[in-house]
This record gives sequence, C-alpha cells and structure tokens, in this order.
Amino acid sequence: MKRVLVAAAAAVVVAAGCGSSAKHAAPSGPASSTVPPRITTVTLLTHSSFAASKAVLADFTRQTGYKLKIVQPSDAGVMVNEAILRKKNPVADALFGVDNTFLTRALDAGIFDPYVAHGLDTVRAALQADPQHRVTPIDESNVCVDADTSWFGHDGRPPAPTSLDDLIDPRYKNLMVVENASTSSPGLAFLLATIAAKGDSGWKAYWSALRKNGVRVDDDWTQAYQNDFTAGGAKGDRPIVVSYGSDPAADVLGSSPHRDTPHVEVIESSCFRQVEFAGVLHGARNVPGAQALVDFMLSRRFQEDMPLQMYVNPIVSGAKLPAVFTKWAVDPAHPYSIDPATISAKRNDWIKEWTDLVVH
Amino acid sequence: MRVGRAGRIAQVAVPLGFLALFFGWPLGAIFAHSLRAGAIADVVTDPFLRRVAWFTLWQAVLSTILTLAVGLPAAYAVARYEFPGRRAFRAFVTVPFVLPTVVVSTAFLALLGSDGPLAFLHWRPGVAPMLIAHVFFNVAVVVRTVGGFWANLDRRREEAARMLGASRRRAFVHVTLPLLAPSIIAAASIVFLFTFTSFGVALLLAGPAHATLEVEIYRQAVDVPDLQTAAALALAQIVAVLAVMFALARAQERRAVAQRLVGAADAARRPRGREKIVVGGILAGTTLFLGTPLAVLAWRSLHVGGRWSIGSYRALGTSASTSTLFVSPWAAVRNSVEFAAIATLIALVVGGLAAVAIAARPGRATRTMDAFLMLPLGTSAVTVGFGFLLATENAPRSIANSPLLVPIAHAVVAIPFVVRAVVPVLRSIDPRLRDAATMLGAGPRRVWREVDLPIVARAFAVAAGFCAAVSLGEFGATLFIARPDWPTVPIAIQRFLGKPGQIYFDQALAMSVILMVLTGVVVFAIERVRVRELGEL
Repeated sequence: MKRVLVAAAAAVVVAAGCGSSAKHAAPSGPASSTVPPRITTVTLLTHSSFAASKAVLADFTRQTGYKLKIVQPSDAGVMVNEAILRKKNPVADALFGVDNTFLTRALDAGIFDPYVAHGLDTVRAALQADPQHRVTPIDESNVCVDADTSWFGHDGRPPAPTSLDDLIDPRYKNLMVVENASTSSPGLAFLLATIAAKGDSGWKAYWSALRKNGVRVDDDWTQAYQNDFTAGGAKGDRPIVVSYGSDPAADVLGSSPHRDTPHVEVIESSCFRQVEFAGVLHGARNVPGAQALVDFMLSRRFQEDMPLQMYVNPIVSGAKLPAVFTKWAVDPAHPYSIDPATISAKRNDWIKEWTDLVVH
Repeated sequence: MRVGRAGRIAQVAVPLGFLALFFGWPLGAIFAHSLRAGAIADVVTDPFLRRVAWFTLWQAVLSTILTLAVGLPAAYAVARYEFPGRRAFRAFVTVPFVLPTVVVSTAFLALLGSDGPLAFLHWRPGVAPMLIAHVFFNVAVVVRTVGGFWANLDRRREEAARMLGASRRRAFVHVTLPLLAPSIIAAASIVFLFTFTSFGVALLLAGPAHATLEVEIYRQAVDVPDLQTAAALALAQIVAVLAVMFALARAQERRAVAQRLVGAADAARRPRGREKIVVGGILAGTTLFLGTPLAVLAWRSLHVGGRWSIGSYRALGTSASTSTLFVSPWAAVRNSVEFAAIATLIALVVGGLAAVAIAARPGRATRTMDAFLMLPLGTSAVTVGFGFLLATENAPRSIANSPLLVPIAHAVVAIPFVVRAVVPVLRSIDPRLRDAATMLGAGPRRVWREVDLPIVARAFAVAAGFCAAVSLGEFGATLFIARPDWPTVPIAIQRFLGKPGQIYFDQALAMSVILMVLTGVVVFAIERVRVRELGEL
C-alpha cells in the first residue's frame, strides 16, 4: 500500500532546467573550441541488490578519474524494463545486473552497444552468452534448494533432503517453501531447474507431486527466506527453502551469536546457474567512462570484493575467494542451465502453466 | 470565502497544474505509448482478469467496512473524551501506517505462526489475514480523519436530543451520525483507495492465489512484460476508482450540513461513570490490536541470541561504514525527515488551496477536481513510474535522477489527505458566522483569519501529521526514483531484509523500531503545534 503511486514528473524542474540553460546559452558568442569537455561522471544503472565496498569504488575513481553515480531502482526486472523504455535517451551510461533470464529481452530491445572488455580473455567461454559482446559477464551464482540442518535428523525427523526427488517424498511433507515463479527471480530460476532436470514432459508431474507434498508458495525471497524458513531471520516453520548456493557462507557470516559452522546446507543437485551481465548502454553520454567501468568490474579488485558484498562468485581466473566462501559456499561444477534464447521464448508459457498447476 | 479573482484562479490552477505535471503527464505518456483498443477489449473479456477485478473490488469494500468498524469507536473516544495520554494515543495509532509490509508480516507471524502464542488460530496466507492487515494499516485514517472532525462537533446538540428524551443510541443515530457522515465518507474513500490498490499486503499476506489488480498490472508491466495489457488494466483501475470517488464526493457534498463547530477543548471532557468502562474498553482494545505487533518487533530488536542486547542498534553504524548498500541510521533519519518536511509543505499548500475551492463552490466542476486529486492514490505505481520515464525522455538526465522528485511524489500521495481532512470542516462552518463578521466590518482576509482559520487549523494539523506519515513510510515512489545517496529509513530496512544472515535481519528490525519511534515523535510534535494554536480560541 505504501507503494505509492506516483512518480512525479518533473516538469517544474524541467521548466526550470530549460529556462536556465536558455539563459546560459544566450550570451554564447563565438564558439571557442569544438572539443567537448571531458565528462567526469559515469552513471551506472543497476538493481537494488547491487553493493560494493566504498574503498573499491574509490579505487575506480582514483584509477580512471571518473566519479561514479549509481541509479538503483527496484529489482532487476524493473531495471531492465526501464532501460528498454528509455532506450532513446538512457538515464545512465552503463548497466549492471541483467541476468540470463532477462538477457534476451534486453538484447532484442537493442539497449546495449558492443564492447570487448579488457580481461574478457580470463572469463570462461561458457559464460560469454553474446558473441557480439553487447554484454559482458561479471558474476555467477546458483539458485539452489537449502535445508536447515539444525532442524533435521533428531526428534524422529528424517535427515536433511539431498535431491530433488527427496522433496516429493512424503517424509518431507509440508516442509518446503518456494517463491512465485511469476514474480520472483529465484522462484523462476528454480522452475527452470526443474524443467532442465525433468524435461519438457516431466516437470509438470514433478510440480504436481510437490504441490501434493504441501509446498508453500511465497511471493518473494524476503518472505520465503526471512519469515518462513526455519533458519531465516524470523525463524519460520519451513526447514526447506529455495535460495542461493552461497547461503551457508552467508549464514556463518551473519550468525548471531557467532558460529563457525553453518546451519544451512545446499542440495547440490538442485542448483540453477544465474549469470549477471554488464554492458555499455546505447546512447550513453560517457562511452569511455562506461567502458572503463565494465573493465573495472572485471578487474580482480572488484571481482574479489563481490562475494562478501553481493554473495556471488567471481568469474575471472585467478580471483581469490574469501575463506568462508571456499569453505562453505556451494558452487556446483554442473548446475542446471537453459539457453537464454529458449528461456525468453518459453518463459511466459512455462510461468502460465506453472501458475495454473501450483497456485490456483 | 470571498477572495479576489486571482485568488480564485490560484485555488484551482495550482492544484490542477501540480497534478497535471506530476501525475497526469506521466500517465498520459504511458497511455500514449501502450494503450491500444484491442488490448482493452481483451482485458474486458478475459475471465481471469475479471475475477481479479472482482476480487480487488470486494476485498477493498470489505476492508473499508472493517476498518470503519474498528476505527470509529477509537475516533469517538479521542474526540469526545479527555484522558491522560490522549495526544500520545493519536500519534500511536499512526505508527502502523508507516511500517513496511514485510516487517508487519514478521510481527504477525511471530504472534500467529506455529511457535507463536496465538498459533491456535491457524494463521495461513489468505483473505482473512489480508483483511486484518488492511485494518491494522488503515485504522489511523479513520481515527484521525473522523476523530478530528468529531472533536469539533458541538456536543450540546446531542445533549439537547437526550434532554428531549432520546436514548443515547437514538441521539447518536439521528443527530451525531448524520453530522459526521461527510468525514466518515472522507475516511472511507481513502481507505478504499489504499486497499483497492493493495500491493505488498496482497502479495505477502493473501498469497499468490489472490492477486489484486495492482499486483496483476505490475506482473504484466514488469514480468511478462506486456505493457499494452498493463496499460489497459491500469485504465480499468482508474475508471473504477473515478466512479467510486465521484459517487463518494457527491455523497459527501450532499450530506454536508452547516453547523456550529467548536474548538476541540469545548467538545471533550473526562469520562464519567459508565463512560469510563466504555472509553477504557475502546482504548484498551485498540491499543492491544495495534500495539501487540509493534511491541513484538521492539522486543525482537532488543532480544539478540536469546538475551537482551542493543547489539542490533550498535551494528547499524558499523554495517554502514564499509558497504555502499548500507546507510547509517542517522543519515537515513535525516533524509526521511527532510523529505517529509518538504512533502508536507507542498501538500499543505496545494491541498489547502484545493480544499478551499472545493468547499466554497460545490458542483460538478469542483467534484471532478476532487475526484481527480484522489486519483493518484488509486493508480498503479508501476504505470505512473514507467510513464514518468517516458515523460522525461527529452529532459536532461539530472531531472529523471533528481532527489527532489522523492518529496514531490510523496506530496502527490499526501494531497488527498489534506483535501479529505479539510473539506468537511470548511463545509460545516456556519456561513452566518462569516456574515456576522462581515457585517461587523471585517474584510474577506480578516473573516478567513478570524472565523475559518481557527477551526480549520485542527484539520490542517491532522492533515500535516498524515502527510508526514505518508512520506516517512513511503516506499513505492522510490521504486522508480532511486538515488542511493539519499536512502530513507524504509529503503534502509528493505536493504537489510534483502541480505541473508541473522545480523542483517536483526538490524532490519532495529531500523523498523527507529521508524516507529520517528513517526510517533514527528506526529506527536505536529499535534502539539496544533494545540497551541487552538488555545487562542
């Protein structure tokens, strides 16, 4: 409800802006030079989960001379749509945070200009989704099923589940919470994992079984993980949740009182890989700045900062992971994945079928 | 009120100009971009979408009725009776209004979840939790709008009816209720709009099976994405809202009765005899309903790892020092308070002018203006947000990213509160008072200052408290206008909640308690200003 309405159009400001620029333009006189002044600010459009160490971003300014301005509306879905709507005159120079489920939509809309980033040769070829280099892969993470290990295995409870098939076993009845595939990015990723795992013919039967086994569907990650998951912030009543492969590390890092071992365990065979990309926006005012920013995101300085800031994995070779990540975070060698073009072509049908099957 | 021609033009031009610029233009831009006749036809005939529309409507009507049922007794108690902590109580009922939905959901689950003390109620996401949450969030609208008006009613009318032999109930139904009707309709229209466009509550508490139009528009615009369907649905939402608002504005106007309004101090007295039990019961019940979830949040924020600790509050400062994601509580509070001050100022000026015009000249024209001013509350946020991006396409980039847009967006939402709180009071002022003042030689300005202003001041204070609360708790506008260098308290809460790990969740709760206290203090402070002004009566 508080999500209000309006965004205001700034015509008062527009009018003021136009007025003052006209004023400045009036006494223009003969143009002294045709070389445009160097733009000193680069603007990044990203989603609300973007985070970096302040010291790392200060290094970007020190190395390149550009001040970084961040525009951060809502989630990745809103961000991509905003970038598409403002294709003619983008609100930023570079974009970070479009993932493989939204990638084709962004590429088809033509919001990016090609750029081959420095350091791209150190990124695994498998992650480079666009041969034209309109986007550059920056990080990868895994959407996986998590289990609360402190809940399972005592008082007559079964051991923690270890496979997708365990989840439809009656021993795990009424224990799982997932996110709505229609409104949540991990929710969609888990649907895609089951489609990749069970195939076009089998995924619906699997979800029917999950539903029969009492799966709860929440609308977003915060409600599912923080409020309903037994190992989440509010200590809910569901010990199995769809979340991320880095959660065991996050669980240790955020434990209170401090623990050295996680209470969250990942079902490795349930993971779907998410790759996040960055790109130079078509129509960017500061193209060199945007390119420098994409380069910087592939630098080891930024890559090694990402795990603790965003709980995602670096993708350039040689980037070191923090100890808590190497010890606890799960990064399976062969997670499920589906080609972005296929996702783009079929996602609406899949989501509709899933909604009819699981929600209604 | 008699004012010059220029003044009359300003009363209409300023509100309509403001609305056109910051709401009409973006809406027009998105409709021009995406609205197609074919999509409208598809939407109207789609059985699923018709079900969604029907659910949206009936849950909003039911939520409004329930909110009135819970809010009216409390409005009666604060308006009619003097009791210790009366002003604090009025500030307290406003606190739920600003809380993020997910935090309230946390509190409800703590009470009603499988480990909570009320687990026997078998709380599950569904329509009932959604309705209860709507009441929880919106009781303040009824208590403050109706209570503010009620406090100005001359209680001697009711006493006269009682003297003539009417029972307490008869006196209420035949004397007080008709006089209150305009303010009840005003409160109902705001509650209706908030619940009709329910998003967070619908998502979190009703569960995925019960989508509202607002949720479906968001889904169509962002996730599918099908902007044509989203725009057609947004149009349907607007048509429905306008129809309801027009009917309510008409009803409100018809029921307005000029009467002798009095200063609040004259209307309230200490409860006597049996009244003590009734008033005490109403206050205790309301406090229990609204206060228990708030107390649970406060208790949890101070209870870390099984013992009492202020660790979560201390950690707020350290989290902010290294990562761009986090903001120090002081900076967030400062941003929130600054935005709230600007938004309140804009809303009072623009909404105040509109209220004067609407009250002074009843009729189709001002009724239309009234309905249009309410429209932003009943329009899908994502539609206007995307429209705003299109509208500023040819403007300098600094405008689309300007932090000033945040309080402006808050003001657009707050203006209807000003109009709803002030119009019923202005309409009720007995014109003979003004005539008498004029006869005695007062000019129009003097009449306004001496007659209208003292009575209207209370309504403005009620409205100002609400404007501040709207701004302090607002989260959605920032969905589209997001500058990380200006994070408000609700944004800080959302950022903590988005990170896994107990310490971040605990910090989100600590930040929520800060928001609760901040809202209580700000609203309480505004109430104090009011009382001093009315002391001159």
